[in-house]
Amino acid sequence: MYKHTTNEKIYTSINMLFIGLLFFILCVISLLVGAKQLYLSQIMSFSSEAWLTLTASRFPRLMSLILAGVGLSVCGVILQQIVRNKFVEPATSGGLDAAKLGILISLIHFPTLGIVGKMLSTLVFCLISSVFFITIIRLIRFKNAVLVPVIGLMYGAILSAIAEFYAYQNNILQSMQGWLLGDFSRVVQGHYEIIYFIFPIVALTYLFAHRFTIVGMGETLATSLGLNYVGVTALGLILVAITISSVVITVGAIPFVGLIIPNLAAMFYGDNLKRTLPIIALGGASVLLICDIFGRLLLYPFEIPIGLTASCVGGFMFLIVIWKTKK
Amino acid sequence: MIHVNNIHKSYGTKSVLNNVSASFPAGQLTSLIGPNGAGKTTLLMMIGRLLKVDSGEIFINEQNITDIRISMFAKQVATLRQSQDFTMRLTVEELVAFGRFPYSRGSLTKEDHQAIDNAISFLSLEPLRQSYIDELSGGQRQMAFLAMTIAQETDYLLLDEPLNNLDMKHAVEIMRALRRLCDEQNRTVILVIHDINFAANYSNHIVAMKSGNVYDSGSVKNIVTEENLKALYEIEFEILQSKHGIVCNYFHPQEEF
Repeated sequence: MYKHTTNEKIYTSINMLFIGLLFFILCVISLLVGAKQLYLSQIMSFSSEAWLTLTASRFPRLMSLILAGVGLSVCGVILQQIVRNKFVEPATSGGLDAAKLGILISLIHFPTLGIVGKMLSTLVFCLISSVFFITIIRLIRFKNAVLVPVIGLMYGAILSAIAEFYAYQNNILQSMQGWLLGDFSRVVQGHYEIIYFIFPIVALTYLFAHRFTIVGMGETLATSLGLNYVGVTALGLILVAITISSVVITVGAIPFVGLIIPNLAAMFYGDNLKRTLPIIALGGASVLLICDIFGRLLLYPFEIPIGLTASCVGGFMFLIVIWKTKK
Repeated sequence: MIHVNNIHKSYGTKSVLNNVSASFPAGQLTSLIGPNGAGKTTLLMMIGRLLKVDSGEIFINEQNITDIRISMFAKQVATLRQSQDFTMRLTVEELVAFGRFPYSRGSLTKEDHQAIDNAISFLSLEPLRQSYIDELSGGQRQMAFLAMTIAQETDYLLLDEPLNNLDMKHAVEIMRALRRLCDEQNRTVILVIHDINFAANYSNHIVAMKSGNVYDSGSVKNIVTEENLKALYEIEFEILQSKHGIVCNYFHPQEEF
């Protein structure tokens, strides 16, 4: 009777191994690619210059790419469970725009508080914004699933407009453009460590994977299974807010990663998060690594910001997912 | 044994349940029948603690349900609503495994696996074990959800219109399974059902509701009579005794012709 189960597990583990290998290769490429030439031989011979490049720039960049990719795709999947809609992710629920607004407020009103102030203010804005968005979605009860991200994009545009107007009045519109587009070229040692917040978040999400899957089954079923629905939903929103805040503060907004990866994973492996979460996490990191490597190579030695490459790839995949669902 | 005592519920000024009192005997299959809007589903959801009561009390084995923690309650009462809006891609086995959540809280033990196997074989779902539920037919899907509810191993099962949208074969399969749950495992099943013939042939006990009140309750023999059903549904009924049971014929109401 357990035979099928074992087959399924072996199938999943072979795929995991494959994705893991791809991920590892991407990591190595990411470390070696850049404006400053870096060869494996230099690293092996402990050239101090090469090692400085590696530790001060390449390694922080790699880590933040991985963590941002993992964080965003995990965020996407949590939001999709809570809203019960496949098209929701930080970019299509106003989350990224709320984070921008939060950073802006902290820069203008609490500049002395530094990174702590930035983080807190962004967190608060993300949380309020997501609770507001979910309330709207629950109240309106859309018949058509595609309408939910449309409302989310409109909502995000409004938040973004408020932020831009505010920035314009305070004469920092120029520097705000920087956060509009995710960019990893600013990531160097000493300026990216906040992204490590994503480590515990992902661990907690995995621990609660079963509960988040049940949340996706809806409030009645969840309550009937004895789950504290409101509590788990609140926890999910807090985890999402922390992740979005740390990503947007360190590298800026990167749309669509949280949408495509969970959808692709669900197509092949289903929606049982305990099983799919590792795949989703690795997939998110790999996609960001690919986008970043292309961004660094296309106009070498110049860089295209990852926000742009990720938007192109993600937007395209978004259309495919909508098209497949319609069919 | 479930006792419902003077339950009242209203939405705004419209009252849905007026001082409803009823009891549901343990180890039996009770059908909640009545016309649309009678408050059957509302009452069922309140017993399952999925809806708040405005006033009144509900007791399970003499214990007020509001005194039971929701995580403990899930080990006593399992509720299955209609599942049309369920969009998740899970295999039948994964879905049934979630029925063990009240016990395992996520990591399945040996007993959990046993309960999952039992539930799946109870409904003969082995061939579908690894199928994704979004690829099943409506009847198979309903069976899978029922298996999940059975795996929850509660003494009480509440089902809201479990036969909705099913063909006759699947409807009979579901009702037989529920009957066996009562007879073989001594579980208590309460269901909201519109098909009076299934209610009459498979229940022990019937609670008939009409416009927010309990119209009558009792054994099938006492409730399923031509006069009662006529008053309840406001159409003519003809009750035919056959070799295997009774058939309520309401397809040709005489008055209108």
